[in-house]
Amino acid sequence: MKISKNEVLHVAKLAHLTIDKEDVEKLSKQISSILDYVDTLKQVDTNCVKPTSHALLLTNAFREDTPKEHLDLEKALANAPKKEKDAFIVPKII
Amino acid sequence: MDLHELTILKALELIQTRAISSTELTKAVIDRIDKVENKVNAYITLVPEEALISAAMADQEIKQGNFLPLGGIPLAIKDLICTAGLKTTCGSKILADFIPPYDAGLITKLKQAGAVIIGKLNMDEFAMGSTNEHSAFKNTHNPWDLSRIPGGSSGGSAAAVAADMCLGAFGSDTGGSIRQPASHCGVVGMKPTYGRISRFGLVAFASSLDQIGPLAKSVGDCALLLKTASGYDPRDSTSVNKSVPDYSDLKANGLKNLKIGIPKEFLAVKGIDADVLRVINSTIETFKALGAEIIDISLPHTKYSVAVYYVIAPAEASSNLARYDGVKYGFRSDEAENLDQMYSKTRSKGFGTEVQRRIILGTYALSSGYYDAYYKKASQVRTLIIKDYKQAFNLCDLILTPVTPTPAFKIGEKIEDPLQLYLSDIFTISANLAGIPGICVPAGFSDKGLPIGMQLLGSHFQEDLLLNAAYNFEQATDFHRKKPDL
Repeated sequence: MKISKNEVLHVAKLAHLTIDKEDVEKLSKQISSILDYVDTLKQVDTNCVKPTSHALLLTNAFREDTPKEHLDLEKALANAPKKEKDAFIVPKII
Repeated sequence: MDLHELTILKALELIQTRAISSTELTKAVIDRIDKVENKVNAYITLVPEEALISAAMADQEIKQGNFLPLGGIPLAIKDLICTAGLKTTCGSKILADFIPPYDAGLITKLKQAGAVIIGKLNMDEFAMGSTNEHSAFKNTHNPWDLSRIPGGSSGGSAAAVAADMCLGAFGSDTGGSIRQPASHCGVVGMKPTYGRISRFGLVAFASSLDQIGPLAKSVGDCALLLKTASGYDPRDSTSVNKSVPDYSDLKANGLKNLKIGIPKEFLAVKGIDADVLRVINSTIETFKALGAEIIDISLPHTKYSVAVYYVIAPAEASSNLARYDGVKYGFRSDEAENLDQMYSKTRSKGFGTEVQRRIILGTYALSSGYYDAYYKKASQVRTLIIKDYKQAFNLCDLILTPVTPTPAFKIGEKIEDPLQLYLSDIFTISANLAGIPGICVPAGFSDKGLPIGMQLLGSHFQEDLLLNAAYNFEQATDFHRKKPDL
């Protein structure tokens, strides 16, 4: 399977990545060669095989819905690139 | 023997009999780091002052007769396990200044056990890589030959243990990231069963595959570290509530009644180095001499494990890494004029090339129209790989394989061809897909004197069996006694 330069740009946009022009061709080649290799999976008959998302058969882990200690505001904001009072600051949206 | 060369078990004995103090031991390790770190480059962050304070506290405990399981032992931690108040970068520019507000489940356990944390270890960015060349900060060098890679992604961890720059370390293993560098650096490394050690506070790469595990100078040390780190943690929803056996109860009584399977597909892999084959064959002979029965087994779908992994791991990563948006923590580009630009400029500048490559690959595999062909197909083949292992463990107790097709290669040798590098994960990846435990133990040297490990795999939660077999092998050989000449 080949991934074209346009598809690389489209997927990068979906993932919020800006790719430099000179890197697009390289990425398209590298990812295409990985996808070609992944295509070996087509050799495997997976009719009626259930997909596995977790190796151990885990079911949902529930807990009682009771309030617990949580990070205080100061700690939660300590790593913020931009903050003001009790809020994270981001560029204007509307 | 210099103090920094001690195993954890020997150091504990000397500390508890008051022959040495934790402060003396910690100082010796700091001196060792001062001497060789400029050659090895294993650490991203060092905290000698804090370590000496913890060591003094450990010495106080010991004076009062309180012997904790790791009381006074200097350990180091791969830089993707959160340490409260101590920078945790994940080897990435995007987290270069990130100071976690809390400790990971592992760190809480280590602190309760009296361990002294001496620093945070280098790694491939977000654990994506097997050479440490994808660290945003530095290249770690293999202590056995400084021109070679230490392996990865826990390369800093393996190199620091091999070079006696800590007594033991913890790393993480998503596709071989503990076992492969352990093999390249000549140390013991273990990936436990998925769910055995809490992943709370482990920065996520591929959540269904990631597992924390120890790297150590001996099997006995590895067992003690595993025992201390294991156990249920309600803060990790995939943590398994199962009692922790006494992994340290190891006996060199031989291995009669143990059946070890050799998967024929693994030895038929193209490109296995002659030195690696020689080491595996001599390992088989050692196990026979210990009384184990060796049988041939087949794992027919494991040849697809690299292809399965390089769909599932990037897919999970593309989702996990969506959280790095420059809003709440981490790097933010200040060139943006609007929110969309802030996201994309932050992520493009903050992530390195390998991480961006995998995010694009994973996003593509999950995107509309391709999901069935890639993610679903890979998840189905994953089911078949798990079935292969289940059937194999009906015939044998443990499985013996190489860890890597070749010994450590030169820095820069494979960086331009990601697929070639991915293919070298063939022996380690399927254990993560199946969630089973695996251990790498030093098993020989190449003609050039580079360490080569062997891998034992066991069924879910059979860590005790794995460790005991590894211990018997170690006691019957002396590869683990050889040290790199730094």
